[in-house]
Amino acid sequence: MTRIAAARAAVPGAFHDRDWRWYARLGGAAVLIVLFVAGLAVLGFTPERLSRGMARLGQVFGMMMPPASGGQAWTYIKAIAETVAMAFIGTLVASIVAIPLGFLGAKNTMPLGPLRFITRRGFDVVRGLDSLIWAILFVSVIGLGPFAGILAIAVNDAGVLAKLYAEAIENADADQNKGVRATGAGRLQVMRYSILPQVLPVFLSNTLYFFESNVRSATILGVVGAGGIGLYLMDRIMINAWPQVAFIIILILITVAVIDAISYRIRKRLI
Amino acid sequence: MTTADQVQAAYAAHRRARIGQTALIVAAMVVATLISANLGEVDLVRLWERSDRLFNYFGRMVPTLGWETLGADLAGWYRRGGVWLRELGVTFLIAFYATFFGMAFAVLGAFVAARPLAPAPWACWGMRRVFEFARTVPELVFAVLFVFSFGIGPLAGVLAIGLHSMGALGKLFSEVAENTDPDPIRGVRATGASWPQIMRYGALPQVAPAFLSYGLLRFEINVRAASVLGFVGAGGIGQELYTAIKSFAYTDISAIAIMLIVSVALIDMVSERLRHRIIGAASLRATA
Repeated sequence: MTRIAAARAAVPGAFHDRDWRWYARLGGAAVLIVLFVAGLAVLGFTPERLSRGMARLGQVFGMMMPPASGGQAWTYIKAIAETVAMAFIGTLVASIVAIPLGFLGAKNTMPLGPLRFITRRGFDVVRGLDSLIWAILFVSVIGLGPFAGILAIAVNDAGVLAKLYAEAIENADADQNKGVRATGAGRLQVMRYSILPQVLPVFLSNTLYFFESNVRSATILGVVGAGGIGLYLMDRIMINAWPQVAFIIILILITVAVIDAISYRIRKRLI
Repeated sequence: MTTADQVQAAYAAHRRARIGQTALIVAAMVVATLISANLGEVDLVRLWERSDRLFNYFGRMVPTLGWETLGADLAGWYRRGGVWLRELGVTFLIAFYATFFGMAFAVLGAFVAARPLAPAPWACWGMRRVFEFARTVPELVFAVLFVFSFGIGPLAGVLAIGLHSMGALGKLFSEVAENTDPDPIRGVRATGASWPQIMRYGALPQVAPAFLSYGLLRFEINVRAASVLGFVGAGGIGQELYTAIKSFAYTDISAIAIMLIVSVALIDMVSERLRHRIIGAASLRATA
């Protein structure tokens, strides 16, 4: 008995005495829960809306079965090919443009602070807007079609990749750079013979990864008229052609899975 | 033949093979590019012709701000600032709740989908397929379907991004969970704990920092995703931006874009700090 009392005196927290801290925590949790529920209310979460929506979603799924091409399988497959092509060219252009930008934004290759700062903020501006926003902007300027989507992917990804490239360049081994410089190489030669070989595998694997994710994002650029399968998907939803919607979604799933598998193989070989 | 000659010959052969391989890859890339350019209707002439329109378009977004009338000009530029601020707030809320619900379900599912921890092989297989489906279908496709079922508004957006986040996080979480140290799990099992108890006390403490860090990263991604949900009627600032672009209200476009860019950059910065702190704490605990 006395030992328990002694322990209680030594570590009061271990005996779950409801001191003021316990009540403070309880109060804090209550406030958080109230805030959480209030936020849900602001967004329009109500039980009846959820249940009604779920029922409606169930109906939609019911109408999707069985998936059918509606005799337009070839149109959809062509649109999928267009989607992959958009992702391919967009990523290719972005990855090439991002290389010089990456060198301009890295501390060890761009000694001029202000220029580096401007370059980096430029990446932020481009990155801060989703590719769908770029797509709708390019549709306004260039017109409807996949070309606007390609430009959107290229611009958006050039910003993201340039940032990643710049970080990879900054993490390049400084000793190797010194070694190359010791042979009498100039700044550009150090970049070419020391930094580039170190960062190229990182660049390539990032680029492949972005190609995968761009195939996904290219599938929805059609929503704003920037080409690809998204256009058909939106259209078929609008006219309630649910079996075809299901067909298109399955087509997207298969394409993404195939591209992921191929890209995964290549990335494994690269690293 | 001297050794030097042999080295030379071997080097030359190696070099020829490398050049041949590189040429093959380059040729394949060129062919793929040409096919893609054709499919993607790449039209550099049109781009050149429209380039003045492009600069014009972005040029018109710059508002006219005079030194003397700076206050009034800014107020005019952001005359709908109140509405935009509210919609931006809704966008963050959508991203927050979507990340929260996505994370919650991903945590629950991750232990089922992690091979060494799964309660049964069929459950593991099924959970993996669910995650795969949820992350492969783009958010916007879910958003369109949910707007159709749940009505226009942020509710559909939260569900769409939440579902996609569950898939993406579920995959990452289950990979983390597969790399847990089995000893603590065995220890908890030896006390007679049930499967949920083993996961809660044996596995969760090991993976919590990594889960949190991935969750924060997902929040950054989700803020961007939430910014375009309004394009299809699923709530947030996207609706305002869409209207501005469609009605060629150039200065409104730039006003909203600046709000988005600044807030996204701020969130990235704060979240990066937090992530470094979490991971730092975790690695400290691992070494201690």
